[in-house]
Amino acid sequence: MDFPLELLINAVIAGVLLGGFYIAVTVGISIAFGMLDIVNIAHPAFIILGSYIAYIVNAQTGLDPILAGVLMMPVFYVLGAAVYQVYYLSFERRGQEALRGLAFFFGILFITEVGLVLVFGVDYRYVEASYVGPALHFAFIDLPYRLLIPCILSLVMLGVLDLFLSRTFLGRAIKAVSQDQGALALMAANPIRIKRIAFGISIATTALAGAFLIIIQPVEPSVGREYIGRVFAIAVLGGLGSLPGTVIGAMLLGIVESITATFYGPSWAPAVAFGFLLLTLAFRPSGLLGR
Amino acid sequence: MAEPLLQVDQVGKRFGGFVALDGINLAVAPGERLGLIGPNGSGKSTLVNCICGALHNESGSVRFDGQAIDGMAAHQRTILGLARSFQLPRPFHSLSVAENLHVPLLYAVRARFGSHLSAREINDHCIEYLRLVGLDAKAHKRPRDLTQVEMRKLELARAIAAEPKLLIADESMAGLSHSEVEDILKLLVRLNERGITIILIEHIMSAVMSFSQRLVVLVSGKKIADGDPAEVVRNPEVEKAYLG
Amino acid sequence: MRSWLFTLVCIAVGAITYAVMRGVHSEYLFVAGYVVLEFVVLATAWNILGGYCGYVNFGSAAFFALGAYTTIFFHKAYPLPIPLLIALSAVVSGIAGLGMGYLTLRLRGAFFSIATLALAVVLQTLVVNWDYVGGSRGAYVIRPQALSAFGLTIPYVEYLFLLMLALVVIAITTARLIERSRLGFGFATIRDDELAAEASGVPTLRLKLIATTLSGALMGMAGAPFPYYIGYLQPASAFGLEYAVNSIAMPMIGGTGSWIGPLVGALLLGTIQQVATVTISSAVNLLIVGLLLVAFVIIAPNGLVGFVTQRLRAREP
Repeated sequence: MDFPLELLINAVIAGVLLGGFYIAVTVGISIAFGMLDIVNIAHPAFIILGSYIAYIVNAQTGLDPILAGVLMMPVFYVLGAAVYQVYYLSFERRGQEALRGLAFFFGILFITEVGLVLVFGVDYRYVEASYVGPALHFAFIDLPYRLLIPCILSLVMLGVLDLFLSRTFLGRAIKAVSQDQGALALMAANPIRIKRIAFGISIATTALAGAFLIIIQPVEPSVGREYIGRVFAIAVLGGLGSLPGTVIGAMLLGIVESITATFYGPSWAPAVAFGFLLLTLAFRPSGLLGR
Repeated sequence: MAEPLLQVDQVGKRFGGFVALDGINLAVAPGERLGLIGPNGSGKSTLVNCICGALHNESGSVRFDGQAIDGMAAHQRTILGLARSFQLPRPFHSLSVAENLHVPLLYAVRARFGSHLSAREINDHCIEYLRLVGLDAKAHKRPRDLTQVEMRKLELARAIAAEPKLLIADESMAGLSHSEVEDILKLLVRLNERGITIILIEHIMSAVMSFSQRLVVLVSGKKIADGDPAEVVRNPEVEKAYLG
Repeated sequence: MRSWLFTLVCIAVGAITYAVMRGVHSEYLFVAGYVVLEFVVLATAWNILGGYCGYVNFGSAAFFALGAYTTIFFHKAYPLPIPLLIALSAVVSGIAGLGMGYLTLRLRGAFFSIATLALAVVLQTLVVNWDYVGGSRGAYVIRPQALSAFGLTIPYVEYLFLLMLALVVIAITTARLIERSRLGFGFATIRDDELAAEASGVPTLRLKLIATTLSGALMGMAGAPFPYYIGYLQPASAFGLEYAVNSIAMPMIGGTGSWIGPLVGALLLGTIQQVATVTISSAVNLLIVGLLLVAFVIIAPNGLVGFVTQRLRAREP
């Protein structure tokens, strides 16, 4: 048999696991871009920052990187809220978010990357944890723990966020903030405060996503750039602001990237995300689930 | 009736599950002064957007000046002679008041007549329209230095500068004082006397009643009345829509 | 000032610059000056789309690299003189700009920006996997020591410098011509309010496509001589971060309103970086540019030029 079926099945499974991880990477953008209308192109930079913090904590104390990520979430929340405050005061309030607001986030992306290069150099960094090496085996199927665990925990994070957004007062206010300012006023909620909280949450997710990333692969500062295409491809593919859409977009991209990497070599993988992004923008800008 | 200038035929538009326009029919004769009223959210602005090309209708068709214009971009419709003012003034903030008027003259009017409009002619036209609305003294100001009423006048002037056959004035008078409303009404009547067909969308009933030769009422995306203004306002359906 | 007169003044200023630099007798001056001029072209090109129309292009490096790799491609396939390569690069990068614009510009502006961000990553992937142009290893371009023409002989670096000087003149006169024309008006209305622009008869999509094409073409032209300048072109240097960040930072810091802003920003930042690269590390250098960019967009949204004109206006009675 010429067609390597086993290879294909393994590629698809690895893609699903990778897609699970992409959910964690993208869910913050789905909130910031999809719900708040803030084009935070620095999102991947915060993820890389999360990776390096997990790395430092892990290297210094031997603490589990995922636990480190969870512990960093409140800190990242505060960071996100602070960034939003600057963004609001300097750009959103003056109606300059289109040009200068974007440049602002680009500057943050850039400063983070160069700052990390200055401190840590361009060497790849990785973490130590019991689940980084081994894998589960079923017949010919491999389920590496370094992919399996981030995938499962990403789904947990998504579930928690979905519950929060649909069941709580604050969550519903976040969903309404960009679409229906009138309804928000009726709820007597201050839209600036709501957006600040939501953006804080969006950045808080990157602390965990960063920890997942450095478990999955060694990280160096410029890895973040590859994720720019990915996060926006997934968010747009899934229909902005839709969490179920984010899951579908993430899985789809994960599978296609994994198959591409398996059959054509990993150096082609970054082009896949961009191809997806451009095709989506050109033919289905409202996303797969969009009307 | 002569060939209508604007013919809206069974136009429908939805936003998701919400039906914003439900099979609207409307014909406007050349030179007519038409009033369009309806409660908030009745679909007036959506209809204007569909006519002017800011939105595209999903069903039905729009004809202007004997030509189907469905699917045509907004700027092409402006070039054909269909101009609008926006409900909330949207001036070009980085341009001066005079330059704001240069834009439709340079793009819409020039495209319509070929490029035989010299810089001097454009300047003359611009000054003429500024005089018409009474903004000639403010020609070199920036829009942000204007008062509320001046901003609305600029919005109208820019639409007029496109030298349209049909002008749609979308709530040009909201928030203005009685004398300011009178000012704008006089201006619109003067424009109409120059041969411009006008559709006025307005909440201020006294203004609509004194201006319109015909009145159309939209409620929940449907046209419920169309005819002589005095009769339309006595229509029980219209009364019901407005009172409860 | 009339446009032809302005062009003449530009050429004169360029000629004087060259004459003064020749007088100093330092090859380093030309090596460093080339980079500064390259940034003037990039910043001016970026500003045509970013400053005039309000659309942010994060992919300057991609358009620049397209120009550079066009040169590499023809260097291998069929060697041509550099001015011709510049023209070809303009065509290639211009088409890339048009294509990007066509696919994304009917949507909100942010999508265009995101797409340009990803474009750099993907073009780099393509180049890395394309062995003909050197792949990830890079490609050598052997340049002559000197150029002889019309009985004159000048060092090759000076020739490259002169080419870039010519591109600066082309870029700046193009930018100024746009500002003074109907096109410039149209661009400003797009930046201010696209819906109102359409309602005033401005064909916004067509104008945006003109801007992306022009801007992309100028960036490609700036990249075309680069392989000859550097001698050995790697994907990492052609797609260097410094191009993306500088071509945004320079107009933002100088001021995006007119052609003067990018020129001032590029001359200032470009020179500082050339000095600082020698004295400090280049990473610190880029960090400073990034910090300046963020500081300026927050504190002085109209850039240095805007800041100065505001001061002058305030002084008037």
